[in-house]
Amino acid sequence: MKYSHSVGQVHYTFTDLKDVLAKATPARSGDYLAGVAAETYAERMAARMCLADIPLRQFLQEAVVPYEEDEVTRLIMDTHDATAFAEISHLTVGGFRDWLLSDIADSATLKRVAPGITPEMAAAVSKLMRNQDLILVARKCHVTTAFRNTIGLPGRLSVRLQPNHPTDDARGIAASMLDGLLYGSGDAVIGINPATDSIPALMDLYYLVDEVINQYGIPTQSCVLTHVTNQIQVMEKGAPVDLVFQSIAGTEKANQSFGINLGILQEAYDAALALKRGTVGNNVMYFETGQGSALSANANFGVDQQTVEARAYAVARRFSPLLSNTVVGFIGPEYLYDGKQIIRAGLEDHFCGKLLGLPLGCDVCYTNHAEADQDDMDTLMTLLGAAGITFIMGIPGADDIMLNYQTTSFHDALYLRKVLGLKPAPEFEQWLMKMNIMDAQGLVQPVRIGHHMLQNMPKNLLSAA
Amino acid sequence: MNENEQPLKSEALADDPWQQLKGFTRARIALGRVGSSLPTREVLDFGMSHAMARDAVHLALDMDQLAAGIAELGYDTVQVNSCAPDRATYLLRPDLGRRLSDADSEKLLAMRSASPIDLLIVVGDGLSSLAVERHVQGLLAEIKAIFPPDWSTGPVVLVRQARVAIADTIGELLNARMVAMLIGERPGLSSPDSLGVYLTYDPRTGRNDADRNCISNVRPEGLIYAAAARKLLWLARESMRLKLSGVALKDESDAVEIEVQAAPRLPGETA
Repeated sequence: MKYSHSVGQVHYTFTDLKDVLAKATPARSGDYLAGVAAETYAERMAARMCLADIPLRQFLQEAVVPYEEDEVTRLIMDTHDATAFAEISHLTVGGFRDWLLSDIADSATLKRVAPGITPEMAAAVSKLMRNQDLILVARKCHVTTAFRNTIGLPGRLSVRLQPNHPTDDARGIAASMLDGLLYGSGDAVIGINPATDSIPALMDLYYLVDEVINQYGIPTQSCVLTHVTNQIQVMEKGAPVDLVFQSIAGTEKANQSFGINLGILQEAYDAALALKRGTVGNNVMYFETGQGSALSANANFGVDQQTVEARAYAVARRFSPLLSNTVVGFIGPEYLYDGKQIIRAGLEDHFCGKLLGLPLGCDVCYTNHAEADQDDMDTLMTLLGAAGITFIMGIPGADDIMLNYQTTSFHDALYLRKVLGLKPAPEFEQWLMKMNIMDAQGLVQPVRIGHHMLQNMPKNLLSAA
Repeated sequence: MNENEQPLKSEALADDPWQQLKGFTRARIALGRVGSSLPTREVLDFGMSHAMARDAVHLALDMDQLAAGIAELGYDTVQVNSCAPDRATYLLRPDLGRRLSDADSEKLLAMRSASPIDLLIVVGDGLSSLAVERHVQGLLAEIKAIFPPDWSTGPVVLVRQARVAIADTIGELLNARMVAMLIGERPGLSSPDSLGVYLTYDPRTGRNDADRNCISNVRPEGLIYAAAARKLLWLARESMRLKLSGVALKDESDAVEIEVQAAPRLPGETA
């Protein structure tokens, strides 16, 4: 297929589908770094006009990363559901946008069609959508998952409690955990990013979180965000592993740079399923992604970073995760330069993930070398809340002292729930009320010194306090 | 405000009765709340920390002073530049920070020795020159104290506007079996001076993150110098034995550490 568009006397041509996609993408530093971005504003709009006329069917004919060279492309093509696609197979990318925004595309329809949508189709249509379009359509996509509680129900917002400590100190981690729980966070997962790779130290972390969950009878799940091969090892050694985590990307080569492939993920998935630790469901995986990771591994194949990111969701979708998290501003200003670019990327990722049927959450975040601050985070989290985001992060005071970046806090999650009338996962909500942490209206309750959780801290951890 | 005046406490502020847990972590816990929002003092405190971290990113490293400090430990040093000419370019173009300037490539190639260097040490400013300025000398002293005396180290290479992967190129040029990159990590609000150490076996241009082992958060309030040096030694020995580094080399140094502490010390080995 030839790709071109004329505006008056000026004729714009594009080499292939991935070139159109890249040049149609809203401006961001990572695509300039990769040398794939449009050179002028007019070229960007011409690419969008060209993209609008491309039939969705073309995306099944033309892979952006060669089928023969890439297992992610093979996964996308080989598992494509032609029956689900039939409903939208007559549409162009522009027509797809209109269809998504129309009332024909209600929640049930979107769910039915999801397996027929490829990541590239989702990325393509997002490039024609304004921020409000991304919000409106994502809000219609309902994705529900479960392990020890139910995640993603409409009107709910879950929070990953992230009690990181720079040396994995058990008491430090437990202190942050308690702080978060008393602020109503932790229903998505209690997930620690460990400083260490050491297997014995990792084992200790699993037992630590498991003890806290059991001590207080919390309907939630734990995760230690170490490499998947470490998690396979600790499962073999009998550690109490709830969710298996892995960072994933949208090309085989980028995944290789993470030391993984689909086979390793499948092995870990099977091992976690076999533990049968879920009580209300068995979604056992937790994935993290982020625009720019493929380029940073020199594995983007000339594809723009947002399209590669959407391809990572095909990898995630394969393993029916409980949670999938786009860590949007973590990678740095060379990929997303400022608040404007981070906000746009967060909305795109959430839209694409939800459209593809993933329980997408967002680490609304930035680093100190990016042109962004808490005001930008407030804006993005509020927009994502309106879009029906599945979960956000909860970190003491928004300051992660181990990973050295700023994300959202326990207070932020309370703000979002309050402003938008959102509630935690139902099982967790019941627990919060039982613990007198939250009332039926969702307001945090005063915690006094004699509170059950302060009087019954996990043994050997906080007794010194 | 008059110094004798007590600061007025708003009746809207609810303090958290678990203040004592602050002794276990530098995380911002027990902040209190107004409604469900942050109290004014915390918003301002956070704002000041962010301002300081922003300033740390842009501080330039004094290479000559660093070289003098390292020379005091008995190491030769050589200074080189990446292809990123300034901080602004460095932040937007990590590819340039990973590439050694042409002139310096030739300079290092001219220094290459026929017999391989066992462990080459490279120091890069990275995203926090404050980390390098404060911790490199202390860490190198610990490394020097415990590393096998028969391992050759070559000169310590100091790199301006550096990203981690530039050490692989430098290791390749200088004929190193292993390279350890000491580099300033992205500054955090509570830690503008965190140092990272990356170990690569058989370094060469094109290696990726899965080929490296990382020791992060080296600083007195995080992983102390002596512990970081022991971890590096453990990884380097395993790396040499297995002839690889990265995800295939699992860090089990914590388990070993207990055994090492219990076992009698070998001659010449200190804690």
